[in-house]
Amino acid sequence: MTYEFYFGDIWKARWLLLDGTLTTLRLSALCMVLSLAIAIPAAVSRIAGPSWLRGLIYAYVEYIRNTPFLIQIFLVYFGLGIAGFRMSPNSAALIAMTANGAAYTIEIVRAGIVGVDRGQWEAGRVLGLSPLQLYASIVLPQALKIVFWPLASQFILIMLASSAVSVIATSELSSVTYDISTQTFRAFEAYLVTTAIYFGLSVAFAAVFALIFWLAFARGRPA
Amino acid sequence: MRPLNLGDFLFLAQSALWTLGLFFVSLAGGSVIGIALALMRTSPWRPLRWFALGYFRVIQGTPVLMQIFLIYFGTALLGFEFGALVSAGLALSVNAGAFLGEIWESSIKSVSKGQVEAARVLGLRYATTQLHIIMPQALRVATPPTVGFLVQLVKGTAMASFVGFVELTRASQMINNATFHPFLIFGGVSLLYFAICWPLSLLSSRLERRLARAYTR
Repeated sequence: MTYEFYFGDIWKARWLLLDGTLTTLRLSALCMVLSLAIAIPAAVSRIAGPSWLRGLIYAYVEYIRNTPFLIQIFLVYFGLGIAGFRMSPNSAALIAMTANGAAYTIEIVRAGIVGVDRGQWEAGRVLGLSPLQLYASIVLPQALKIVFWPLASQFILIMLASSAVSVIATSELSSVTYDISTQTFRAFEAYLVTTAIYFGLSVAFAAVFALIFWLAFARGRPA
Repeated sequence: MRPLNLGDFLFLAQSALWTLGLFFVSLAGGSVIGIALALMRTSPWRPLRWFALGYFRVIQGTPVLMQIFLIYFGTALLGFEFGALVSAGLALSVNAGAFLGEIWESSIKSVSKGQVEAARVLGLRYATTQLHIIMPQALRVATPPTVGFLVQLVKGTAMASFVGFVELTRASQMINNATFHPFLIFGGVSLLYFAICWPLSLLSSRLERRLARAYTR
């Protein structure tokens, strides 16, 4: 093998890479927060809502979980575009990521709610709590603790999957790397560096989730 | 722009076969890698266990898209002219191996330790123990999550379109570029994927419930 690695051009593009990394970080974090904000009421409705709403949420979750994310990106970007909702690639990326992430999050949160011990529900009812109080102060805190780690893994998968939005020329990490690779003809080096950045992001998110878990559920309590 | 025609549907049907082909290639490759990694994780030799754990963390901690690009460009640098099918198949195998390996590791570990000890006392060799004692018992536990992962793999084949492999997603993208009927084309193609994936999802959760019942009994 005579190929010589050369990372000089990649180093020259370091600020572009940093920009892309920050965009990926921002998109992913926003998507996680929005997914959870959508998923909590949707999961409750999936369990306790009217039957048409339960059916609708079920159909949505199954559709998203059984079709490729890439096709969902096309549907959002080109489909909503032709329906009159023109938007920037980054906005389309956030919408597609959230539409996708919310479906998985609904399913995980639902499993958590179902997993809360029956005695907890009964105790809450006996205390005379309204359904809203029962969910807000008894069921959901326990459900979120149960599903915290599956949810955290899912969120990290969402961050990794966000690389696919580069197909509509966004400005996140993968798109930036594609630009750098075509300009420098050092595709392998560029993708190697970006792969390492993604791995760093996974580790960083895992650390942040561990911190959140400690702050929310473990701090000041006996182990 | 031109109207959709019969040729477009034939083109989609043909590329659907390429999606299935890529799926089976990746499943075969991923199974070989996955079994090897699961056996490494459960082996008595520590460096093997660490290697497999490192493999799981790195592959599961990086995007499959990066793995596809790295293998596509990397094999070209090494002088292989693999083209899109082999590169994508290799990358998806490498990726699937990490997920299948971890599923199968925990299935093997779910088989009680007494089984291995009993086999050793009986004087069975490692290969015989794995093949005739451990794996048949691990299989029951492994089946539901493995079927569930097949759905991820079918969807994952869409990522091969990034290196120009003309499977279902790439074909729908090409047809949309020429005809611009995004709802019809991408909506229709998504239903094709759904028709493949949903039965697998249902089967997986049904198997899971059955296994859960068997354990609570």
